[in-house]
Amino acid sequence: MSQAALAAEAPPSMRRARDRPARDFRILPGFGLTLGYTLVYVSLIVLIPLSAVFLRSAELGPEKFWQVVTTPRVLASLRLSFGASLLATGINAVLGFIIAWTLTRQRFPGQRLFDAMIDLPFALPTAVAGIALTALYAPTGWLGQLLTPLGIKVAYTPLGVVVALAFVSLPFIVRTLQPVLVDLDQEVERAAETLGASSLQTFRWVVLPSIWPALLTGIALGFSRAVGEYGSVIFIAGNIPKVSEIAPLMIMTKLEQFQYSQATAIAVVMLTVSFALMLGINGLQLWSQKRRRYR
Amino acid sequence: MIGRDQIPEELGRYALLGIALCYLVGLVGLPLVVVFVEALSKGIGSYLHSLLEPDALAAMRLTLLTAAITVPLNLVFGIVAAWAIAKFEFRGKNTLITLIDLPFAISPVIAGLIYVLIFGAQGWFGPWLIEHDIHIIFAVPGIVLATTFVTFPFVARELIPLMQSQGNDEEETALSLGASGWQTFSLVTLPNIRWGLLYGVLLCNARAMGEFGAVSVVSGHIRGMTNTVPLYIEILHSEYNFVGAFAAASILAMLALVTLIAKALLELRHPELRGGRARHA
Repeated sequence: MSQAALAAEAPPSMRRARDRPARDFRILPGFGLTLGYTLVYVSLIVLIPLSAVFLRSAELGPEKFWQVVTTPRVLASLRLSFGASLLATGINAVLGFIIAWTLTRQRFPGQRLFDAMIDLPFALPTAVAGIALTALYAPTGWLGQLLTPLGIKVAYTPLGVVVALAFVSLPFIVRTLQPVLVDLDQEVERAAETLGASSLQTFRWVVLPSIWPALLTGIALGFSRAVGEYGSVIFIAGNIPKVSEIAPLMIMTKLEQFQYSQATAIAVVMLTVSFALMLGINGLQLWSQKRRRYR
Repeated sequence: MIGRDQIPEELGRYALLGIALCYLVGLVGLPLVVVFVEALSKGIGSYLHSLLEPDALAAMRLTLLTAAITVPLNLVFGIVAAWAIAKFEFRGKNTLITLIDLPFAISPVIAGLIYVLIFGAQGWFGPWLIEHDIHIIFAVPGIVLATTFVTFPFVARELIPLMQSQGNDEEETALSLGASGWQTFSLVTLPNIRWGLLYGVLLCNARAMGEFGAVSVVSGHIRGMTNTVPLYIEILHSEYNFVGAFAAASILAMLALVTLIAKALLELRHPELRGGRARHA
């Protein structure tokens, strides 16, 4: 990294001389072989299969495509997938921040255990998470029992979808925030306090501006995972058409009815959003890296 | 300075801690506990009994087989791709890294769908496969393919930043001292990356054994034939056999716990592995 920065600052003639050893004289062997293998493998496993989705949906033609995607049932499933993901990551943005904050700024017994718990949604298979959350939040479950008298129904409602998506997206937000909070200079916060700022003011004007890019990155990563999530959701959602049916399940249903091109049409909508998110996340990460470097 | 302000400050601190821990326990901790409680709710006898069902054993065998094929495939790919990307400069490198990341961004259901579109009865190669009596979709090869797709970035994503940060100096020295390319790799590079490699394999394996959505699309759910453990859990759960479902789930939960502990130990010893982790799904 520092070498690249040096090269960028050097005059053009020098820059070329510095770049050359890496590019023109490849000392290490195996470049052609490894790159070739990588390209073939990526094409076979990812590129060619993915292109099948787009080619297949193209067979529908734009009019039929639009018709499939705007069926009330499909539209409702897309709305639920995106809406519930947005809500879940929104909740996690607040609570994930609080968790990351307490884990980095406070000392308490069992801290390491709680820190390790954050990774559980990464490691626990989604089907396991799905049946466990359903058991917990069903009207007779440990948490469901407490919520039912309050009139809150979680399992087999759209709220259940939000809970499952909050579960899968939590680690993305906490794990992107933690390193930034560790790096954050606490002197600045203390200075703000000595100058008479309240905790809220310090948060709003000192902490938030510095963690903003990381927070957005975490939200985008969590959202991108939540939108496509299937395993943990289908158990708790109840899967009532137009009410608690998510878009990936809609794809599954169309496949089971052998309506392949309709399934691919829904997949294309979701893939387009995923690709857009991925580009956005790459941009966000560049932005937040830059900001961290200059601080 | 120490005075009235300090008390609400302390209170706020405890309130934040309380909120954080409650949320964490309610959303993440309790689900893990409930798996074991439900699995053992009818006693240890029926727990063991449901684990030793022939269908349960067949599901475990298939899950192990799938992981035994996909993990080595993606391990080799990870090393090869990391060598090309970390050790050399070439045009389009960032695009290639993005392509390797792609499976993380895609819904598992779509990962299954793409193979149905290619190898399914109505797919590109469907008629040809039927003619030659080769079964991919609703059979084991489809499960392996779909699992390979969803787990394929893990090792590569772990190794690329690690090898980039280590640079080429040691390898160049070895070569100039007369080592062959293979010797340089196995005696210099491999020892340097072994912990990162283990870390990537660990995550790759956990996902391979636990994948549900992608496998669900291509499997056809044939009992004792194309059911992996996650699919078997779904079937038992839909039949209201909760002890059986949670017993099978407890096996995967234990796998997750072992993975997390091994991961935590690795991170404790090698803090450099912690970087860039949020990308892993």
